[in-house]
Amino acid sequence: MERHEYDVVVIGAGGAGLRAAIEARQQGKRTAIVCKSLFGKAHTVMAEGGAAAAMGNVNSSDNWMVHFRDTMRGGKFLNNWRMAELHAKEAPDRVWELEAWGALFDRTKDGKISQRNFGGHEYPRLAHVGDRTGLELIRTLQQRVVALQQEDEKLHGDPEAYIKVFAECTITRLLKDGDAISGAFGYWRETGDFILFDAPAVVLATGGIGKSYVVTSNSWEYTGDGHALALLAGAKLINMEFIQFHPTGMVWPPSVRGILVTESVRGDGGVLRNSEGRRFMFDYIPDVFKDKYATTEEEADRWYDDQANNRRPPELLPRDEVARAINAEVKAGRGSPQGGVFLDVSTRLPAAEITRRLPSMHHQFKELADVDITKEPMQVGPTCHYIMGGVEVDADTGAASVPGLFAAGEVSGGMHGSNRLGGNSLSDLLVFGRRAGAGAAGYVDGLAKRPSVTGVEEAKAEALAPLERTGGENPYEVHHELQRTMNDLVGIIRKSEEISEALQVVEKLKERAKNAASSGSRIYNPGWHLALDLRNMLLVSECVAKAALLREESRGGHTRDDFPGMSAGWRRKLLVCSAKPDGTSVTVEERAQPSMRGDLIGLFERSELEKYLTEEELAEYDAAVKES
Amino acid sequence: MGYKAKFRIWRGEGGEGRLEDFTVEVNEGEVVLDVIHRLQATQTPDLAVRWNCKAGKCGSCSMEINGRPRLGCMTRMSTFEESETITVTPLRTFPVIKDLVTDVSFNYQKAREVPSFTPPADVKPGEYRMQQVDVERSQEFRKCIECFMCQNVCHVIRDHEENKPNFSGPRYFIRIAELDMHPYDVAERKEPAQEEHGLGYCNITKCCTEVCPEHIKITDNAIIPMKERVVDRKYDPLVWLGSKIFKRQR
Amino acid sequence: MTQTTAESAARKQRAQIRVRTLRTDRWWLAPAFTFAGLLLFLIYGFWAIFDKSYFVDPYIAPFSSPCLATSCPEGARLFGLAPFGDWYTLPPGILILGLPGGFRLTCYYYRKAYYRSFWLSPPACAVAEPHGKYTGETRLPLILQNIHRYFFYLAIVIGLILTYDAVLALVHKPAGLGSWILLVNAALILCYTFGCHSCRHITAGRLTHFSRHPLRYKAWTLVSKLNARHQKFAWASLFSVMIADLYVRLVAMGVINFPFA
Repeated sequence: MERHEYDVVVIGAGGAGLRAAIEARQQGKRTAIVCKSLFGKAHTVMAEGGAAAAMGNVNSSDNWMVHFRDTMRGGKFLNNWRMAELHAKEAPDRVWELEAWGALFDRTKDGKISQRNFGGHEYPRLAHVGDRTGLELIRTLQQRVVALQQEDEKLHGDPEAYIKVFAECTITRLLKDGDAISGAFGYWRETGDFILFDAPAVVLATGGIGKSYVVTSNSWEYTGDGHALALLAGAKLINMEFIQFHPTGMVWPPSVRGILVTESVRGDGGVLRNSEGRRFMFDYIPDVFKDKYATTEEEADRWYDDQANNRRPPELLPRDEVARAINAEVKAGRGSPQGGVFLDVSTRLPAAEITRRLPSMHHQFKELADVDITKEPMQVGPTCHYIMGGVEVDADTGAASVPGLFAAGEVSGGMHGSNRLGGNSLSDLLVFGRRAGAGAAGYVDGLAKRPSVTGVEEAKAEALAPLERTGGENPYEVHHELQRTMNDLVGIIRKSEEISEALQVVEKLKERAKNAASSGSRIYNPGWHLALDLRNMLLVSECVAKAALLREESRGGHTRDDFPGMSAGWRRKLLVCSAKPDGTSVTVEERAQPSMRGDLIGLFERSELEKYLTEEELAEYDAAVKES
Repeated sequence: MGYKAKFRIWRGEGGEGRLEDFTVEVNEGEVVLDVIHRLQATQTPDLAVRWNCKAGKCGSCSMEINGRPRLGCMTRMSTFEESETITVTPLRTFPVIKDLVTDVSFNYQKAREVPSFTPPADVKPGEYRMQQVDVERSQEFRKCIECFMCQNVCHVIRDHEENKPNFSGPRYFIRIAELDMHPYDVAERKEPAQEEHGLGYCNITKCCTEVCPEHIKITDNAIIPMKERVVDRKYDPLVWLGSKIFKRQR
Repeated sequence: MTQTTAESAARKQRAQIRVRTLRTDRWWLAPAFTFAGLLLFLIYGFWAIFDKSYFVDPYIAPFSSPCLATSCPEGARLFGLAPFGDWYTLPPGILILGLPGGFRLTCYYYRKAYYRSFWLSPPACAVAEPHGKYTGETRLPLILQNIHRYFFYLAIVIGLILTYDAVLALVHKPAGLGSWILLVNAALILCYTFGCHSCRHITAGRLTHFSRHPLRYKAWTLVSKLNARHQKFAWASLFSVMIADLYVRLVAMGVINFPFA
């Protein structure tokens, strides 16, 4: 079996993975990047709107404190405040650094990086390139990796001496030596041959779990691999009940159902209407946001030109609010013919302006749905987009509770609390990708000796099992049933009975998945790959459902029909998932959320905090304010 | 609504293989990639195909549909007659791994041969000031999703395997053009474009532009401008003389 | 369970598809039309060179303008000049046709057109070309295509002369159909000439900072607009020059003789 020795193995080659790998390599570590797709195809390319960073290029009132407040507000104060702080402070540097690596963002008149408005952000804050910012980000990082390889070729004669990409390679198990990480085991998708990484530090950057849902904006890669690998290696997952349903996914044609319609459509003037032609978002402004959003169409329309003197349109409420509103309209029978609502930009902007500002949306609708968005409205509905929950990590280093294990990006949890603001994802990848890479490098430096690899035979047997069974379950059917179950029963609106039912189904599916069989050879066999991914999807789904059942309130990406209100008591609690190494006995426990540091909580008005915090916490706030 | 479509799909590991016939259900609004996925789920679970985003943004599902390079996810079934047999084959210019999946490592090799963005040493991150009009040309090329269909369709290597070592292909010509037009790039890229990357092999027959799913004007906006820049450097006696006389530019 | 290893010979091969193309559309149509169009032009041009009825006051056939030989009739000469001596007895068109001919021959659009339709390299996208070896424009003679910009400079001169011819005709015979045909032809030729890729490069394409040269950038945007229609202007002017040329000759021969001819 192929065996490689590295200092740091990064699993995932999206924004977070590449940034982590670049950092580890820049700190002199031999680094491997392992990804399931080709290099440069990661799901980050789908990000459209931009990367949020308080550079203040468009509105100089912006700074990290405003960004921090917006992030905490968006996450309904459940965020890991230290992460939100680091994120807001470091995002500008991470964006500027990309520019020095060749990224070409859109510009302001004075030649700086242009910034656009986005839901939940008080000022124009998103560095962007048209509506293909994710592509720009991934390409820049990809080219930075190539630049480092060119450097190594000059220095050592081998471009892959210090950083190498293992593309189309899937990791199925993390290996340990005692408590600590010692490597990773996987297979080449191309040949089916096994591959073993001998490495003291592993950075997970595998993204999300969307493929457990039918309607999702996520690609096939999003099978919760990192979440599951971490769980099986003994790490903890937090906030798994919080899943962001992006309010605007395509609803037609069926084959592209769920594919994203960027929030920039709304940021640039697009409005949501129901079948009666009403801009219904005005009916759904929650109390906590009452004073920040326009209450009349006139004021909302004025905002696009004069943001200083008008409140923003309610179409730009945080994603969870908009998604729930659309869901409610459709349920009330005021939906569009294909079961969404109308998103109209055609009557709001001249055609040329639409194609200039939203080129890829124009292209996407033209090519996929035969709809010309400059002439007619789009039909949109909520789609599973992002999981706020993930591996519990140390904010500063990205370290999980298992020594040698790190996580960054969507697979890590805490940063976004119960709901992520649009644009905070790309900046999250950069800020915490870099921190996790540095954390892993630092950890390797501090090791007295390299751990040794164990558990290879078990991993091998587990991976081969689906090929050795004959006449077992069709993995595609098991997958499809899981997707339907999660979508219908643990979707955007949840109920206790439905979640319990989902848990029973998942239990049955776990049994069926154990019996999944794949015909054909080991060479590029998608049936086999899916059979192996099922383990991860089921495990993650179980965590999501169990946590969703426990949290008896509605907050951000978790809406309980039977507990519609937000509870200050629950805000203090994090739900933590863990499992046994064989994937059985998934348990969810409550853990207290640590209080915010005095200087950070002092950035908020008391009147705002009253909506979220318990009396006890407010007393702490008063003390902190008095002190300063 | 739905109907049964006839497909002929290349099956095989490595170069040896054959076209196999399938009859498969097609529903309204579907694309070729959907149909291939239905085949995987119902008839041939090990049919290999690359895909990711399903929205024409990642450039993974490049294949040849009725002989033309296309993205499977962007080829609507409604563009075919219901009675038509649709032939799907892997990209012809690259070695086949299995079925519709090809080994595209040639492209990653070429990517590594283009020297990276080289800014002046004294500009710090955050100090970059560029006008929108100055970045727009390069931005067009950065729309590239690396589907490698331009590389696949280019006859220079499609029909002449032996040219591969000397020819980087349209994807990397736009990369070179992107950098050469970048307001802050200081590396010399014209001479290498001709001597190392084989710009001269291109006979501007524009198939790369024709197949580009991002509608990048590869030939008109990148290759020809680069050819003209090469002429400045190598073939134009007047420009050469001018640069000798007025040695003002760095 | 069978498994081929990564190193087996078959793994390095392309798909062994024996047919030249799997395209099902009529891919041969475009190169066939191009071939026919260009061939027609060549045949016409060859005939026009040796045809002597190129001048009828105030019209001069574009294929023979500027008329620089001593054999040219007085009124046909450009500014009355005849720089070539009596020794030159060949048709006057030969003296100048190399300029627009060379411009079109090295034009980036026409190169595509004839590489595809005449040389079949390739005949259409994803259709295999019939040649065993291919070196493109890397060596002689095709490396000479790089002199295109010099032909462009000369083509401007020719374009201006044709415009001058047309204006002159219009002044002398404003009601003549021929004057207007010559004018339309001159306009199309100028649109084709100034939409040239070399022209686009020279105006501002070679610059890195458009923002520092606003006037040149403005010119570049105009040229770019013409350039986007370069193929259309290439064909339109190809036919317009043939039509204008034939028209003048037919008038000169007396075949066309209505009052406003």
